[in-house]
Amino acid sequence: MATVEQQENPLVEGLERLPVHPTTLVIFGGTGDLAKRKLLPAIYNLAHEGALPERFNLIGVSRSDIPHDDYRDMARDSIKQFSRREPDEQVLDRLLERLRYVPGTFDDDNVYDNLEKQAAEFDEEAGIPFNRVFYLSTAPAFFPVIVGKLGEHKLDTHEGSEVRVVIEKPIGTNLAEALELNREVLSVLDEQQVFRIDHYLGKETVQNMLAFRFANGMFEPVWSRNFIDYVQITASEDIGIGTRAGYYDKSGALRDLVQNHMLQLLTLLCMEPPVTFSADDVRDEKVKVLHAIHAPEPEHVPDMAVRAQYSAGMAEGKAVAGYLEEDGVPEDSTTETYAALRLEVDNWRWAGVPIYLRTGKRLARKVTEIAVTLKPVPHLAFEQAGSVGVQPNTIVMTMQPNEGVSLSLGAKIPGTRMRIRPVNMEFLYGTAFMSQSPEAYERLLMDAMRGDATLFTRDDEVEAQWRIIDPILEAWGQLPGPLPQYAAGSGGPEEANALMERDEHRWRAI
Amino acid sequence: MPDEGVWSAQDTTPAAIEAALRELLKEQHAKSEAYAPARVLNMVAVVDREWRGEIYNRLEGVGRYHASRTILCAVEPRRETIDAWVTVSATTEDPKPGEIALTRERVVLDIGPHHLPAIDSIVDPLVVSDVATVCWAPHGHTEAVDALLKLSQVVLIDSIMEPDPRSAVHRARELAKDAYVVDLAWLRSTPWRERIAATFDPAQWLEELGRLSSVAVRHRPDSAMAGVLVFGWLASRLGWEPGSLMQRNGELFGRASARRGDVELLLQPNPEQSAPGLSGITVETASGVSISLERGPGGLSAKRRSRDGGESSWTLLGASRGEAGILGEGIRQALLRDTTYAPALECAAAMLG
Repeated sequence: MATVEQQENPLVEGLERLPVHPTTLVIFGGTGDLAKRKLLPAIYNLAHEGALPERFNLIGVSRSDIPHDDYRDMARDSIKQFSRREPDEQVLDRLLERLRYVPGTFDDDNVYDNLEKQAAEFDEEAGIPFNRVFYLSTAPAFFPVIVGKLGEHKLDTHEGSEVRVVIEKPIGTNLAEALELNREVLSVLDEQQVFRIDHYLGKETVQNMLAFRFANGMFEPVWSRNFIDYVQITASEDIGIGTRAGYYDKSGALRDLVQNHMLQLLTLLCMEPPVTFSADDVRDEKVKVLHAIHAPEPEHVPDMAVRAQYSAGMAEGKAVAGYLEEDGVPEDSTTETYAALRLEVDNWRWAGVPIYLRTGKRLARKVTEIAVTLKPVPHLAFEQAGSVGVQPNTIVMTMQPNEGVSLSLGAKIPGTRMRIRPVNMEFLYGTAFMSQSPEAYERLLMDAMRGDATLFTRDDEVEAQWRIIDPILEAWGQLPGPLPQYAAGSGGPEEANALMERDEHRWRAI
Repeated sequence: MPDEGVWSAQDTTPAAIEAALRELLKEQHAKSEAYAPARVLNMVAVVDREWRGEIYNRLEGVGRYHASRTILCAVEPRRETIDAWVTVSATTEDPKPGEIALTRERVVLDIGPHHLPAIDSIVDPLVVSDVATVCWAPHGHTEAVDALLKLSQVVLIDSIMEPDPRSAVHRARELAKDAYVVDLAWLRSTPWRERIAATFDPAQWLEELGRLSSVAVRHRPDSAMAGVLVFGWLASRLGWEPGSLMQRNGELFGRASARRGDVELLLQPNPEQSAPGLSGITVETASGVSISLERGPGGLSAKRRSRDGGESSWTLLGASRGEAGILGEGIRQALLRDTTYAPALECAAAMLG
């Protein structure tokens, strides 16, 4: 039986929702799109479920010079518009009572003086020091400015409680910028205080990869170069760039999805089992995978990377414009809307197994999946004529649209002859779980308030990602346009097919 | 309306019902490959015939926590035969391309009292194999529950529905010998237990847990058992030696022995409380600290009085789950395992003698 002398709270045993220290959450960029669409609704949903810390305060910081009440009205409207559930007015009222607003630019010292004053008022009112979480939902250029000012105003520490800073992606647009940003941030904060968000990691589907690999004894024995022929990771989107031309044309597919989300999927797929599921044990293993991927030499980039842009085509039965015709895109843009890579993880487990990554906009379908193709059986005793024959087994982990796992198996076609064709054994998470997955931001906000960094990206992890991507960006930067094209609504460019055909492999149909 | 397949028959047999279920599932799949049967949980509910509709609606009201296959057995006095209605329906009428639409199966049986001792032989062919089965008998029918224990891994109970806390504890302990018990009375206390745990979680408050001197729990008059379980939880988690609870002026009063002294326990009915369960908790420590939680708008209203007499109050945010939410939570919990209920139940039993 538990006793109080253990200095651990014996009352938390068995509770699904563990207590979180009273917290004041500060959102820099509190009137921005991310705050309105994601953060404020996520905070409301946590409040609705009784998951927020026992005592919780919220402060928005932004340039707009508006009073508290106007900010509350904006927050109320955003929550009503974007919450995944109909808000309960009483919960919403009580949440907004604890909301304050501090106007000003992020380099203005008065902002930080007012912030300290407001946060101190909350502490004094409660009689305890609240943890402080600063969420930087701003343009990346402000990250060092805000962190620097937090340090100058002694807001980087708080006696008797924790101070944490959440930083949104992108962490730089290349290795040099990432190194510089990490240096600036870590000149003020300890790494343990920094929570770099990659919201992909907050998705249940991505976390399920760890469960799939390390909670099922049947897969791990074949999870190596001895049995796996190749892997393909796909993150395709059926939509174009919409109104994001300003951002996207500076970013491109490689920076937007491959450097962060897709390399995260790759590391989760390839990492060794961690000793524990503590933040650093998991991240140590992920970083080892990234270190085992050799950055390409510039002259080798054309052999392992393909880029392309979508041209005019058909989507959902309607004619759609090509990338260069989209509003806001320069007509001579060389930004890629499609990227495909061939990588190898050069370690004991994976050496020689090609891992193909592809992502693109305006492709035939929205799908995120990892397909692991096993090596063919060594001897075929079956008839090949009259059927597609025996195909290698493929394990497909789908993140969206239908989260699940499928395994292709060879099965006998009914009849008098021994003919084989592949069939699918399929498991859909939606059929086996009743719970609704929380939004990624709900999970990540709670983890940041709790101080659990497992699903956040560490400084060396970001830098290792950029070390792989940087040479490709540099090589592409040296090449003239125009880029190879693929028709909107298609499966991607021919050049990407050639990337695989060299190894006698084929992309799965999107 | 979502696509629905329906079959019904009078004076039928479990084998015919099972065949109809298989046929309806095939038909649904033939209509669209997007229809995928949910395979999470079987729910077997045994109810009085006159309340069949009410229970059916309650089970519908749990939303996403709906069991994959629900078998509702309505017991009608003097009935000799089995009548059955089977429905297989999709949760979404028109799934988007590439998406799935879950189908759920509902079987409603009208049966007679003489079926109850061997109800497992009727239900067994109808449950989905290799999926957990939970049984629930909100109107008693203990005979049926005992028979269903052969095929159920989980029993859902609401111990505030028993005539008194002593018989509630006795029944829960009996059931716990053969199945995992999910008690709605325990789940109603979850937010309160979470908040008490959170209140004492900061390091500066944790040591006060060892100085608790009194705990008063207020409850709807019929929900004393929910309060007894809270006492049982505190006793089991904090290592108290539970003493007997006794009646005093319509309240239950008792003591538990903690390492640093006795803790007074008081259960107070609150006639103004309309929803089943608790209405408030006050915890006091020997050092003069007092913490009170009461139901309030938008969550629980908390009030803390410190040693120097200073007071502060705040709201612990959270929406009311309502009775449909509690039942849904009960169904969800059937797939989880809470290791703190059984020790709390044992301490509750010790308090009630």
